[in-house]
Amino acid sequence: MKDVMEPGPFPFSAIVGQDEMKRAMILTAIDGGIGGVLVFGDRGTGKSTAVRGLAALLPPIEAVAGCPVNSASLSQVPDWVVLSDDKMVQKATPVIDLPLGATEDRVVGALDIEKALTKGEKAFEPGLLARANRGYLYIDEVNLLDDHLVDLLLDVAQSGLNVVEREGLSIRHPARFVLVGSGNPEEGELRPQLLDRFGLSVEVASPKDIEVRIDVIRRRDAYDRDPVAFCTEWAKSESDLRARIVAARGRLAAVASDDDTLRDCASLCVALGSDGLRGELTLLRAARALAAFEGDTAVTREHLRAVAPSALRHRLRRDPLDEAGSTSRVARVVDEVFG
Amino acid sequence: MSDPTARWQGVNLGIACLALDPAAMGGMWLRARVGPVRDRVENSLKLAFQGLSLRRITPSMPDDALFGGIDLAATLDRGTLVRSMGVLSQPGILLLPMAERVEAGLAARLATTLDARRGLAVIAMDEGAEPGERAPAALTDRLAIHLDLSDHALGDAPELSIDLDALAEARALLPLVRLPAEAIAEITEVAARLGIHSLRAPLQALAVARASAALSGSDIVEEADILTAIELVLVPRATQMPETSEAPQDDTPPPEPENTPDPTETDIDDLTALPPMEILLEAARAMLPPDLLAKLAAGKAVRATSANGSGAKRTGNRRGRPLPPRAGRMGDGARVDLVATLRAAAPWQTIRRNLSGDASKVHVRMSDIRVRRFKETSDRAIIFVVDASGSAAMARLAEAKGAVELLLAEAYSRRDHVALVSFRGDRSDILLPPTRSLVQTKRRLASLAGGGGTPLAAGLRAALELAALAKAKGMTPSIALLTDGRANVDLEGNANRSQAAEDATLMARIIRAQGYPGLVIDTGQRPTRSLDTLARDMGAPYLALPRADSRNLSRAVDAALAS
Repeated sequence: MKDVMEPGPFPFSAIVGQDEMKRAMILTAIDGGIGGVLVFGDRGTGKSTAVRGLAALLPPIEAVAGCPVNSASLSQVPDWVVLSDDKMVQKATPVIDLPLGATEDRVVGALDIEKALTKGEKAFEPGLLARANRGYLYIDEVNLLDDHLVDLLLDVAQSGLNVVEREGLSIRHPARFVLVGSGNPEEGELRPQLLDRFGLSVEVASPKDIEVRIDVIRRRDAYDRDPVAFCTEWAKSESDLRARIVAARGRLAAVASDDDTLRDCASLCVALGSDGLRGELTLLRAARALAAFEGDTAVTREHLRAVAPSALRHRLRRDPLDEAGSTSRVARVVDEVFG
Repeated sequence: MSDPTARWQGVNLGIACLALDPAAMGGMWLRARVGPVRDRVENSLKLAFQGLSLRRITPSMPDDALFGGIDLAATLDRGTLVRSMGVLSQPGILLLPMAERVEAGLAARLATTLDARRGLAVIAMDEGAEPGERAPAALTDRLAIHLDLSDHALGDAPELSIDLDALAEARALLPLVRLPAEAIAEITEVAARLGIHSLRAPLQALAVARASAALSGSDIVEEADILTAIELVLVPRATQMPETSEAPQDDTPPPEPENTPDPTETDIDDLTALPPMEILLEAARAMLPPDLLAKLAAGKAVRATSANGSGAKRTGNRRGRPLPPRAGRMGDGARVDLVATLRAAAPWQTIRRNLSGDASKVHVRMSDIRVRRFKETSDRAIIFVVDASGSAAMARLAEAKGAVELLLAEAYSRRDHVALVSFRGDRSDILLPPTRSLVQTKRRLASLAGGGGTPLAAGLRAALELAALAKAKGMTPSIALLTDGRANVDLEGNANRSQAAEDATLMARIIRAQGYPGLVIDTGQRPTRSLDTLARDMGAPYLALPRADSRNLSRAVDAALAS
């Protein structure tokens, strides 16, 4: 009621602690191919704050003006789109919320009801997946998502292509996005197939240290009192972090990974018995992104060690009668393999 | 905290604080059954929020009414797109009665709206009758002030007075209220000592402390304001007594160690450094309900179970095998079948064009709307009723627990919910309300007790109650009974073999009458004839599994109850 001006979200770099979550999100910002982040943890630990902050942090993208799927060039605009002009615009990296109760139509897009009912025309109204192209798709409480939406997402997240075949429409458009999910494991499990689509998974807990907690409250309170001043105060560290991400993107292709690294990845995954080859690939990509972020020219065991828990903990074959958590299993195996 | 007048004062203060700065506090969680006490609170809420828009929403309101959508009737009428404004798109106060019926999806979207801080606040009125029946935690976590009116007597609850002039003055003062440097540290630490994990709570407490200061006409937050904030925000969320050295009165086990970090270990230094902290904690301890530990131990009352119904809401019209479209209304999440709608409208076009004189458009009326339908089987809820009496109890419980976890691990594809009831001595306990979460199951089934008599009827009655609850949530319940002997304790809790058998038979017949599918597993060394009879009374198959282990058990249950 008080705020007339729309202030920015809580700055990403001002988030206290939660280093694993922040690192995982930065890595997906460097290499979108890692395939998303799943954040599982208690309430009030800054999951949503981090996602919103990340959106504001990322450098803008260049897209065709008026294109519903944020195409990077005119040649990529899908044929069903009617453009009014062919200008290019700078857009903030899209971060699209997928609300729990969303209908299928809103997610994949559907026949445009307005045009169909008022003019009798057949036109496509793009959905959330179209808007999330080249950006992020954020699902809060992802473990409560309806099954029929999960099914839709599984296919699109894998292929990067949204295919709509319904109501006489036959439409396809690119839908390449980084999937970010958050949830509280006490309220339900995530289907293994969907788990697998997330590249990295992070477990967050509220900080145990009183001083850290006080720091969190202090910053958040300062932000709530005067968001504009708080954002100005943190603008420098935000732009520093942004510059590091942009620089890391540039370096990414040059980061070397030798056969020993590949062997390390493979032996880790074999020792953990993770399903499929996705584990190895994600592990390698994440380690490479981390090397680029830290300014290194080659992937080392240290990088692998750092990202292994995030990349592998959700890919272990679940044994419900095993009491030990998967994080400790990964840590144990990393120690065994790397000595 | 025993003085009813003081507690009633707290209610009054909470309403006044909320009225000062509703947007910063997110709102209020009011746990009360309908009655004169709640009416008084509601009246004073209406008074306190005079001038602000106060609207009533219900958990069953369709999405387009809440969040905005296409106004179909107006759209068809005018021939151009008309959007309806959702209730949530404008700032104001939302009264949400029957908050315990809010589904996870709606709670999540309300939470997102509250997080965006567009000047909305929710007053959730929760009428839950059982401790487990409560508004989803995703919502209540965002509401600063938690009030429980359930033990306020009408006589001790005089009409609340809201001084509107004082409110207006305080509202003007609020932006000027300063926070002493140590207040943040104090509130955060008290929250941590009370075992509150969410970091939203201390923030909300700060907002309440500021409001309380403004109400008392002060421009700086004082000790009393912090105490108010602790009473209204932190104490209702407490999951542990602030000091663990204080031994529990009786033999109730202390709350689980894994999620309640022992504060005396980690912050012993701060304790000596900050003398006022002791005073605050002492006050907080006085405000805690005396039976908190017992409540926590009995069912982890604070970690609610309602959110378990995640898969329980019926989304029957959105997935499953398609059925032919049928005339209906848009909204309620139903999908309009456009082709069928247009087909239904087609024969009338000539007449309608002539009538309206507009030949350029397709004339569709509300009556033409066809919605899609899908056939869907609802989620299963398997209720295990486990005999924890006698000598073999521990082994049987352990295997049942294993079976529950195995079923859950495989459950996702079939959307099974699993619950566990045990009975022994003279009563039955709901060890695990219907859930799909393996994490929660592991936490709740960490320790199990066994031994004593066999109150079979009490166990079946608890299962019946759970089944009714599950059915109300849209699940299909079924009951699996694991026992090795005959009933020897009746419903009253008396050791009376013949009455016990009669009661058990009665319960079994009620289960059959309700049509809940069941299964009786005899884990005894040799088959018991009375159990066979009981199974027949229950209308359930009888299965003798003398050496049932977790895997056999889960397979047998799965096979027998496959629908």
